[in-house]
Amino acid sequence: MRPGRIALRQNFLSHYGRQLGTLSGLVALSLVLWALSPHFLTVSNLLNIAEQATIISIVAVGMTFVIITGGIDLSVGSVLAFSGVVMASALQRGVPLPLALASGLGVGLACGAVNGLLITVGRLPPFIATLGMMSVARGTALMFTEGRPISGFSENFRWFATGEVLRVPASVVIMICVYAVAHFVLRRTKLGRYTYAIGGNEEAALLSGVGVRAYKTLVYGIAGLLSGLAAILLTARLNSAQPIAGMMYELDAIAATVIGGTSLLGGEGTVAGTLVGALIMAVLRNGLNLLGVSSFIQQIVIGSVIIVAVLIDMALKRRGK
Amino acid sequence: MLNIITNYNSILAHIPDTMHTNIFLGREPTRAPGVIDQRAIFRAAARALEDLGLSLDPRTPVKALRVAEQQMVEVAKALSLDARVLIMDEPTAALTEHEIRELFATIRRLKGKGVSVVYISHRMEELFEIGDRVTVLRDGRTVGTYDVRATDKSELIRLMVNRELTDLFPKEHAARGAEALRVEHLSTEGGLKDVSFSLHRGEILGVAGLLGAGRTELARAIFGLDKLTAGAIYVGGEARRIGSPRAAIDAGLGFLTEDRKGQGLVLPLSVRENLCLSSVDKFTKWGVVDSAREREAANRYVKELRIRTPSLDQKVVYLSGGNQQKVVLSKWLCSEAEVFIFDEPTRGVDVGAKAEIYQLMNRLTASGVAIIMISSEMLEVLGMSDRVLVMRAGRIAGEFSAAAATQENILQCALGE
Repeated sequence: MRPGRIALRQNFLSHYGRQLGTLSGLVALSLVLWALSPHFLTVSNLLNIAEQATIISIVAVGMTFVIITGGIDLSVGSVLAFSGVVMASALQRGVPLPLALASGLGVGLACGAVNGLLITVGRLPPFIATLGMMSVARGTALMFTEGRPISGFSENFRWFATGEVLRVPASVVIMICVYAVAHFVLRRTKLGRYTYAIGGNEEAALLSGVGVRAYKTLVYGIAGLLSGLAAILLTARLNSAQPIAGMMYELDAIAATVIGGTSLLGGEGTVAGTLVGALIMAVLRNGLNLLGVSSFIQQIVIGSVIIVAVLIDMALKRRGK
Repeated sequence: MLNIITNYNSILAHIPDTMHTNIFLGREPTRAPGVIDQRAIFRAAARALEDLGLSLDPRTPVKALRVAEQQMVEVAKALSLDARVLIMDEPTAALTEHEIRELFATIRRLKGKGVSVVYISHRMEELFEIGDRVTVLRDGRTVGTYDVRATDKSELIRLMVNRELTDLFPKEHAARGAEALRVEHLSTEGGLKDVSFSLHRGEILGVAGLLGAGRTELARAIFGLDKLTAGAIYVGGEARRIGSPRAAIDAGLGFLTEDRKGQGLVLPLSVRENLCLSSVDKFTKWGVVDSAREREAANRYVKELRIRTPSLDQKVVYLSGGNQQKVVLSKWLCSEAEVFIFDEPTRGVDVGAKAEIYQLMNRLTASGVAIIMISSEMLEVLGMSDRVLVMRAGRIAGEFSAAAATQENILQCALGE
């Protein structure tokens, strides 16, 4: 083999080796479930899994960006609920659909941007800033709706839940688009480059002329915006916007991101990995349901899987060095 | 038992706790397993402080103390450990004249009790006041130990200086061009006081001085990292407002920091990504990076500077120190810097890579680049500079032409003798 080929191969492995590992985990899990349950490997069940995974996996894209910068966003679930109720109330007051959708996305973006400003200008640790936002956004959603869900929407809006593109559910198509764009942004754009640079070494990035504050704020804004997008899909699916929606989503999103190989230390990670991580979580839930495992035991299994996945990842990384 | 007392950044000061808990940190007397005997600690701490003639309440948080008092707490801690040898590393760096008197009184009292003290300082007069014998080190080797009464300042300075200027420094004098950088009356809160100098194209301006003399602060101020409280910066004869590294880079400055891994490189990123980090804009259209053009540019610098890396996509963390330094240098070449600030350019690189970095400096100046070279290595300053600035306590203490600069007069100027 010519040296060029070897270099290329090393390059491919160093970039995608980690995802291949996670992917083989997903495949192995699927094979086990296929063997255990005849209902697992059917088109309708696989589409069902994909649909189940959409909400968390979209939120997890924002989380991946944030974690690559070396931060964390605990507010994504609450921001989702807040965006959802604002958009739902706009719809019920007869605001045209595009404007109502924009209001939901806008609320998400604004909450994210506030997170970003608290972290960059206010110099708060991301954990604290977004922990505060988690409570503030949730409380605002509850106050705004007086604790009641807002239900019943037009058929046009419900398309997000019922519509199909080439026989694939609309929400799955949207998820795929989000991942495609996010992958492109991280790998090919200046924003992506700076996201990795800030997480890899914030001081060096600053000294190299990266506008660290602006880009960090933008990244938290993106995370908020994607929570808003997830709110649209969830509200359409439930035909109801609930102020208590999205509870614990931050944990699922963090788990999907970390299982997907993104380092909590920042500077490393891919959305492709996060997608596989989110699918592992969804397949696991689906499989445990098919097998009739109680929801109590499900929690134990899922928690253990997260821990074991990260343990394996860390062991592999140590050996790689 | 041996104990070490360091200079201004007292380690204890970072522990937000009170004196008496600090003094016994890690070896608390207990009543039951795991239960700290607060009263015993308090009594012992009070006794230790009293021994030193300090009237302080042991319950005061260490953070609330003056630096001199924090040092005394460390001394108290050492004494409570029955230390027989104390090492004091530049203990007076942050003390006032009066506090230094108090410290010396304490040292004399300890001496009377049979405690030995190793006192590290660059302040000559202190050595003669408090020392019995003095040992001179140079480049990590002992030059000799002398009775203080049998020697004097000028002899010590001569001993501290290494006379051999080897041919390690392939200095080539470039033509001195137009003014590249001029700073006037720079002052910062970081301790820079009224610094003025100018720098010409093709010139290497060495900046010498002792640790804490304000050399890195000077670089940070010029590069927009520390806010100026007074002064102006002119690049290429034009007044520039430099409020951020971005503005500095756009003005044509490049900063090779002392801490390569902490500030120069993004270790988990590739050679290419690091190399183009300060000039991504050049390769970007509508926010999308043209990776083919970026690759081309990166490849050119890798070849030109002979950066040894298996590929452009190798993470810089895996490169050797010298090659990492070349990546940082390429980063600034790529962003077309015309004024380079090198802060300790050869720290942590091997001899071969050192020579290569000096050659690169020659090539840079030959191409009309101006260089500010901050260095603690006296030989490097003498070997590579066209002019030498000496800093002391945030000010320019002296300026020497390459012909007039000697190790003796630079050191004397830096020490303020």
